[in-house]
Amino acid sequence: MNDISAPVDMLEPIEDRGGAAQPLLQVNGLTKHFPVRGDLFSRRKTVRAVDDVSFSIAKGETVGIVGESGCGKSTTARLLMHLMTRDSGEIIYDGMQVGRALSLRELRRGMQMVFQDSYASLNPRLTIEESIAFGPKVHGMTDAASRVLARELLGKVGLRPENFANRYPHEISGGQRQRVNIARALALSPRLVILDEAVSALDKSVEAQVLNLLVDLKREFGLTYLFISHDLNVVRYISDRVLVMYLGEVVELGPVDRVWDAPAHPYTRALLAAMPSSDPDHRTETPPISGDPPNPIDPPAGCRFHTRCPFAEPLCANATPKLTALDRLGHQAACYMAIPGSGHSRAPAKQGDTA
Amino acid sequence: MTNLVEVNGLNIRFTGERTVHAVNDLSFALGEGEVLGLLGESGSGKSVTLRALMRLLPRKRTQISGSVRVLGRDVLALDEEELSAFRGQTVSMIFQEPALALDPVYTIGAQIAETVMRHEGKNHTDAMARALEMLEVVRIPSAKRRLEAYPHEMSGGMRQRAMIALALSCKPKILLADEPTTALDATVQIQILLLLRELQREFGMSVIFVTHDIGVAIEICDRVAVMYAGEIVEQGTLKHIVRSPIHPYAKGLLASTVHGARRGQRLETIPGTPPSLDRAPVSCSFAPRCAFAEARCIEQLPPNVRVGPDRIARCILAERRVIAAAT
Repeated sequence: MNDISAPVDMLEPIEDRGGAAQPLLQVNGLTKHFPVRGDLFSRRKTVRAVDDVSFSIAKGETVGIVGESGCGKSTTARLLMHLMTRDSGEIIYDGMQVGRALSLRELRRGMQMVFQDSYASLNPRLTIEESIAFGPKVHGMTDAASRVLARELLGKVGLRPENFANRYPHEISGGQRQRVNIARALALSPRLVILDEAVSALDKSVEAQVLNLLVDLKREFGLTYLFISHDLNVVRYISDRVLVMYLGEVVELGPVDRVWDAPAHPYTRALLAAMPSSDPDHRTETPPISGDPPNPIDPPAGCRFHTRCPFAEPLCANATPKLTALDRLGHQAACYMAIPGSGHSRAPAKQGDTA
Repeated sequence: MTNLVEVNGLNIRFTGERTVHAVNDLSFALGEGEVLGLLGESGSGKSVTLRALMRLLPRKRTQISGSVRVLGRDVLALDEEELSAFRGQTVSMIFQEPALALDPVYTIGAQIAETVMRHEGKNHTDAMARALEMLEVVRIPSAKRRLEAYPHEMSGGMRQRAMIALALSCKPKILLADEPTTALDATVQIQILLLLRELQREFGMSVIFVTHDIGVAIEICDRVAVMYAGEIVEQGTLKHIVRSPIHPYAKGLLASTVHGARRGQRLETIPGTPPSLDRAPVSCSFAPRCAFAEARCIEQLPPNVRVGPDRIARCILAERRVIAAAT
């Protein structure tokens, strides 16, 4: 090995352009529909995987996305990473349109992703060190420097390089592999890391270790996270703001404490109530909603939740409610019950301009 | 209370290229109408234990010793014919992935009817009537139509309900549940848990429920056995285990759940990783990760201490507690 004592080179992060006030990521009207073949004579059907999703992520923030399977959270992540092409919508990274001001190659350096399946996301033929060093090499680092960087990052994620650098993915445990994936993502000095169910496959005690690690790395490298999970406890723990998705749409978003303490959308309330109890004396007595999430192929018209909503009224089936601000802290919900004067019997009365 | 299941000194080894000591000196009992949770992380031996109760482990590669008695019968001594009568009628099982457990080429109705005909000798018409009744019991909407449905035509939650209907169709005394809600969405999971709780009461069944999720255990179990490295490290009533665990692993596992943790606050973790199971334990398996470990923990097996009428912990801390209480 070359001299280890030399300072560790890292790739230069994509420089900060707009300053702290400009969101690191701005997503406008992101949409992805998948056509599926219907029966022989029926019309073509569409999975509306992601439908007109807009949000922003401030620098240094952790934004969580929660929702059940089929709600479009992973598709959203893949669209942001440009792992699949979007049908429409804009993705703006620190003020730069991807594809114009910012090349895809540069974007991949500024934004990295950690996947749920720690084994499938590592090349089984590369040692751990080679896997981590691969990205920096592609971006022009010398072999020796990238290997030094890989070892440095292994140390940062709590794996001793002398024990792990030359092992293969199948030789280490799931928690260790997920640490390797985090190191691999960090090797390109990204400013935004998308964590797609990154701790979901881990055992509870390992999950806690990895969450602590993520918190430490965020501070050390000044990272911004987009944290996707179905586990509401984990999302509450790690996120500053949260998006709740249902069948491809954002139904509620806001600061995590506001959304948890005063959920405005009945789906958010049901999700929260569906969490198993933590007190043996107060078990859940009635299920918050019945039925399974509907098939995202040709979702219901109007508010997509109206088929399972205990408060649904005729207007809910007619038109989709828009995300509406509930306060000045950024808490928004897409429900007629939260929109003043919407016509829903439970909606608040229309107030003056102060609302 | 009579015990339906009594397991004593159960050891399970998998042989082959390498030997795995999957279950080591396991003892527990299941009372009538009781829901026992086996709580542990992956590789702790909980599913293997469950499969041993139904003798579902591959015969060639498995060595089982110890005793497993169900309703007074020695399960390890049953021959093939006795086993096939035993499975489904006395003891039945539901799995994590109903899509894999159900037969994809038969309708739900046909699968339930087959079981009823096989075990109770009913004719096809009666068996189909039972199938319909079972689908209604598990609250599958438009049950009549669903009899004709194939597993792939149903959603995950419905499939899990169908599997429960199949498992309960011959009114077994004991239901074994292997993480039946883990693959389900949160809003569906709670529905299935409440359904199981209700059916357990209605049918007067005893249940052994394997889970890694403490929240799920809290919703359904009466008693809990916490497993680590193929051993039960602590067992007792749900409340005891949740509120005042004695074994450091049980404590660590409960503390490391993110439940209610606030942002900025560090999560408690258990350092290190579980041991490889290639040797039978000769000392406390948890000692290398334990903050309270002493020389004795590394030298010999920990004592299995009865702490209360219905509470056992495998730890020197438990021993000390008993001594302190006695003086």
